[in-house]
Amino acid sequence: MHERSLHPFGKRKRIHERIIETILFLFAMLSILITVSIAFILIKESYLFFSDPDVRLLDFLTGKKWQPMIGLFGFLPLLNATLTTSLIAMVVGIPLGLFVAIYLSEYASDRIRGILKPTLEVLAGIPTIVYGYFALTFMTPLLRSVFGEANVEIYNTASAGLVIGILVLPMIATMAEDAIGAVPQELRLASYALGGTRIETTFEVVIPASLSGLSATFLLALSRAIGETMIVALASGAGPKLTANPFEAAETITGYIVRISGGDVSYNSIDYNSIFALGLILFIITFTLNLTSRKISSLFHQEYD
Amino acid sequence: MTDMQTQTLFGTDADINILMNKRKRTGMIWQAVFLFSTTLAIIFLLLLLLSVIDSSFGYVALRNEVEPSSLIEGKALIKEFSRTELESTAMDNLSSGILRRVESEKPIAQRSDHDLVSLLEQYVIKPKVLKTWGLWDSLTNTRAVEEYSRTESDSYLTFKSWINAEFFVADQSADPLHAGIRTAFLGSLWIILITFLFSFPIGVGAAIYLQEYAQDNRLNRILQLNIFNLSAVPSIIYGLLGLAVFVRAMQGFTSGSMFSSLSDATANGRTILSGGLTLGLLVLPIIIINTQEALKAVPASLRMSSYGIGATKWQTIWYQVLPASGERILTGTILALSRALGETAPLVVIGASTFISVDPTGVFSKFTTLPIQIYQWSARPQGAYRNLAGAAIIALLILLIIMNSAAIYTRDRLSKKKRLES
Repeated sequence: MHERSLHPFGKRKRIHERIIETILFLFAMLSILITVSIAFILIKESYLFFSDPDVRLLDFLTGKKWQPMIGLFGFLPLLNATLTTSLIAMVVGIPLGLFVAIYLSEYASDRIRGILKPTLEVLAGIPTIVYGYFALTFMTPLLRSVFGEANVEIYNTASAGLVIGILVLPMIATMAEDAIGAVPQELRLASYALGGTRIETTFEVVIPASLSGLSATFLLALSRAIGETMIVALASGAGPKLTANPFEAAETITGYIVRISGGDVSYNSIDYNSIFALGLILFIITFTLNLTSRKISSLFHQEYD
Repeated sequence: MTDMQTQTLFGTDADINILMNKRKRTGMIWQAVFLFSTTLAIIFLLLLLLSVIDSSFGYVALRNEVEPSSLIEGKALIKEFSRTELESTAMDNLSSGILRRVESEKPIAQRSDHDLVSLLEQYVIKPKVLKTWGLWDSLTNTRAVEEYSRTESDSYLTFKSWINAEFFVADQSADPLHAGIRTAFLGSLWIILITFLFSFPIGVGAAIYLQEYAQDNRLNRILQLNIFNLSAVPSIIYGLLGLAVFVRAMQGFTSGSMFSSLSDATANGRTILSGGLTLGLLVLPIIIINTQEALKAVPASLRMSSYGIGATKWQTIWYQVLPASGERILTGTILALSRALGETAPLVVIGASTFISVDPTGVFSKFTTLPIQIYQWSARPQGAYRNLAGAAIIALLILLIIMNSAAIYTRDRLSKKKRLES
């Protein structure tokens, strides 16, 4: 770090070196600028939204109807749909992802790992729009044939949620495997020495030891599921609706933003401002989740380093 | 030790055996569950690919608006028309407006047979899609397909591969039989180019600062944390950022009206430049993180030897560190760009065009991209568009495979070189 003292001519550091360092520093600072711009723009446009006489903050937070046409701006239906899809996604993604991770790190031979890990990478590299197509053309017809066409609408949150679960599966599996793999081998050996079987070692030693890393993974996956857009835009339907039935169509926060902005919305209209207000909420939720996840995983690194 | 039924802390030997068997069984059951989950993940991948392939091929039931036999007596298929018959039918049956446009592009007499056939199909015979089937139905349920074609009067069946040569070169068309992805494909390439030009220099520069210059102080720790956070911000938020900043606030710049001669008045900031910059912001944190990983892999001894022979900090970075990590940086960048290639939501939010048939000509053109095209087609209720979407997904996946192979190729070349060195 202190290379200056290593140089015989170190005292007069060359001017262009300083310039280059400054430029590189500014590039790095650009990332702060991006975060600040995101926050600034979302807050500014949301302020315009909430200062509209039709919109009251209390109604926004507690209202059960989102119908901008007649001046109803209650965002609970949108939030409810987002939570429904994310919850279904977590119910599918967390156990499956965790089991795959355990299989990869505790059971699979090197050869099988060599095949499975690239497969997961392929699954993770497929664009989300393809998953959306999958939800629409495979998952929805499947649900409709299993539960009956009368019970399952053509657009529904269950199909979107299940496919988001598949989407986050490879991400959970990869990160969870890293967390499990970071548990020192000594802990496993100690457990075997005490007579623990492999499964007991896994569940009672390895998993608890990697719990912070795993929770960080799950939080990040939840954040990803909440922010997921194209799957819900295609599969969960247009039109906000407050419903607890996952087989009914209901629009999520992200689905609403995409639908409104896709229709050439005019600036300074209430529609234009509303997508930024929803964006702000989305940003706050996901940013908090990401930050918490980061905090937890940095604690976890201190444990074994 | 005559008494085998020794009382131990855990009960008798028999008890222990039962307990041991139970523990073993639990282990086996769980192992089966783990294996099952893993198999399930692979099955999902296969189903995903199969459902795409399924809709890209299959039978189509068509009905002609004008039967070829009514144009030339006794010929049921346009393929049977002779050259002169083709020319005369084209002259007689194309409406005067279309004929004038066609003639001004290229005179009928100079056009190839194939060209004339597709011209006649498009403007005179006008086959309409009645129903489409996927590959699975086409293979296993042929009877139902034929049944349908019999019940619909004047309909006929053809087996169509939705992904074909015409699909790649045709532009968007309202007619699913003649729609293609050329415009979207070119749009994607333009966008990726802008994304690369913007995010690569800045991303690598920022990574060099963080990895080579930055000291462990509060500011730099915040920078690092911020970059990790940005990489996990939902892509739709970047779309909102791009909409407010590039499309709206910087409209003069991104629409090209600042440089009036190049301006494309209709694009009003919803241009390739805006799209590319938005995706550039999106992949910037990913490129920074990947490049940092690449720089971390360069051994400190290389830097020290460079300093040892009197090189400055920047000389060391430029002549030693960057060449040593170049291929890794490139691999990371290609992977980040392939993420940008598949992004849909931010581009929809900044207002990519839904229907354009003009190829993009520069950074100030309106645009559509492959994923947006897929989105548009999937969202339509008519069956034929679903098939088109499936074919477009195959095209997108092929493009991604090419990019990823390039990344893997560079990575492998790197490890080969390393092996030779050691």
